[in-house]
Amino acid sequence: MALLEVSHLDVRFALRQGEVRALRDVSFTLDRGERLGIVGESGAGKSVAAFTILNLIAKPGYIAGGSILFEGRDLTRLKPRALQNIRGNQISMIFQDPMMTLNPVLTVGEQMIECLKAHRRIRSREAREIALNKLRQVYIPSPEKRLDQYPHELSGGMRQRIIIAIALLLDPDIIVADEPTTALDVTIQAEIMSLLLELCEKHNVALILITHDLGVVSQVTQRTLVMYAGRVIEQGPTREIINDAQHPYTQGLINALPQMASPGSRLNQIPGAMPPLAKTPPGCAFHPRCGFSTDAAGQRRRDCREDVPAFVTSGNCHVACHMVRELVERDPVEPGEAS
Amino acid sequence: MIQTLQQPTAAATVTTTDETLVEIRGLEKHFALSGDFLEQLRFQRGKLVRRQEFVHAINGVDIDVKRGEALCVVGESGCGKSTVARMVMGLLSPTRGEIRYAGERIDHLSPRQLLPYRRRMQMIFQNPYASLNPRMTIQQTLEEPLRFHHPDWSRERIRQQVAEVMASVGIDPEWGKRFGHEFSGGQRQRIAIARALAVDPEFIVADEPISALDVSIQAQVLNLMMDAQESRQLTYLFITHDLAVVEHFGTRVVVMYLGRVCEVAETHTLFSQPRHPYTQALLSAIPRLEDDRPEYIRLSGEVPTPVNLPSGCVFHGRCPHANERCRREVPRAIPIGHGAQVACHAVEEGRL
Repeated sequence: MALLEVSHLDVRFALRQGEVRALRDVSFTLDRGERLGIVGESGAGKSVAAFTILNLIAKPGYIAGGSILFEGRDLTRLKPRALQNIRGNQISMIFQDPMMTLNPVLTVGEQMIECLKAHRRIRSREAREIALNKLRQVYIPSPEKRLDQYPHELSGGMRQRIIIAIALLLDPDIIVADEPTTALDVTIQAEIMSLLLELCEKHNVALILITHDLGVVSQVTQRTLVMYAGRVIEQGPTREIINDAQHPYTQGLINALPQMASPGSRLNQIPGAMPPLAKTPPGCAFHPRCGFSTDAAGQRRRDCREDVPAFVTSGNCHVACHMVRELVERDPVEPGEAS
Repeated sequence: MIQTLQQPTAAATVTTTDETLVEIRGLEKHFALSGDFLEQLRFQRGKLVRRQEFVHAINGVDIDVKRGEALCVVGESGCGKSTVARMVMGLLSPTRGEIRYAGERIDHLSPRQLLPYRRRMQMIFQNPYASLNPRMTIQQTLEEPLRFHHPDWSRERIRQQVAEVMASVGIDPEWGKRFGHEFSGGQRQRIAIARALAVDPEFIVADEPISALDVSIQAQVLNLMMDAQESRQLTYLFITHDLAVVEHFGTRVVVMYLGRVCEVAETHTLFSQPRHPYTQALLSAIPRLEDDRPEYIRLSGEVPTPVNLPSGCVFHGRCPHANERCRREVPRAIPIGHGAQVACHAVEEGRL
């Protein structure tokens, strides 16, 4: 059984202007020790997905349907108290901005000890010992000194290390990291990512990494989920998605990277922009921007315009695209066979 | 499939001349940290002393921008790249040093004297949500620079020029009546580019113009900037932290660290043979799509504060090749062939 099983998740925000559907029919699984990447552009719903896993969606948002099974328990139905036992303890989260996450009026040590005491019956001295140990694990120099410092005394990279240490404090099964390195410089980003990777492997922690950076996903994760306008449009092994993406949007996203074009030449841009969630077009949400949704006569295909594409299996990937479905039906690929 | 990077083709679209358009010499910029005169006074051992502290943002930078090129300045946050851009535009005045535009010194000019240059150089900012006036329609936004720089132009002529610019950057004339907040980030940046191009400049300073945009939109805006460069013979000073963009867009690259220039080279040379240890570490840290990426060079420590600059080479504290001389002596930029320059003792001594 998978460690985490998200099925048919439907998240909505009841706004004055009407209901906005932020997640539609999102399903995925996560095994113990597995590293899953969720990629997409801003507004695709990837952060909402992360927050929903911990049931952190605040009003006016609510979970309208679907389930999140963690070790057989449905997190969408748990009482707040039971949820608190899981949050931070078995599933912990790393947010984007390290300065916003840490409490500015508590020292690093106080925050770490507070977190330990909230979940375990433990003496302060023991808690301090555990905190020190975790700081050593994330390679923080002179950890004794850092415990008594305030977040503003530390650099951005150091703060994010401390947040990783806090996320690991209670030896969780899953870490959900929402754009953990977006606010950091490229050399610090590389350091934090390799640290996260090392710790997840060492402690057999599963990682859900939410990012817009395909390079990061390709280096850290084993499986990838691509989101567009609140839906998962493609999922499969990261290498297969990067090397041989099937969905036209994923292809476009990868081909738009400057490293995919020869220097100085025009980049392969995707026309248009992602629609706001309140104005998601019917059918396949990507069809107005898609180069494959037109037929021979230059008309938009009816199925792309009207029907939400179902997932088809191509190789080891699952793709939600009418065009790919036709290709697969015409020329079936055995699952497991690398195309 | 992933294509391997191709060598730059011979069909370079824009011709770079050897004529230097912007010349920056010995540029320094210090920002006072300690406030006014009265705030600087301290009691120390019964005496009143005045203490001043500065952020040493730029510490002796020499850069040449050649006509027709896209010169990229890269570096991590706090290295001073944006400060250089702002000083070139005259938005900040340098503490020391000279900036020459087409041979004329511009850094000490009064705002009025600077006006004719302002028409020739324009700026594109990072955040298109902040750089457009929320109370102006797009038409007004685009007309404003023209009215300002061409007070003698008729209303008809201004409208014509705006229509031309809108067409050239792919803005629907219908957008003119709308306000900035009605547009997405990519569209706003398109409008900001149109505003910069409206007065027909020859030199554009772009400070992280695509950092706030999504990947698929970044490609659109970069394409637009490359098209504009080709059709209008523009020269760019392009500030960014994104090395993948630099590799694609730049003619030459300047790598900065803590207010100093580490390395200057043609883009292809820099990416194939980085010489400065910092450049090497920076390049190794780019997240790549390929499996077989080069080993990441781990730098020890973090960027020191620019308030108390390290002695000698500013990079010595994190450099794996630093020795006694690096800690003592500031390295000078030495030419290493093909117009490239490196400021590193190890390279100079042949240790690296």
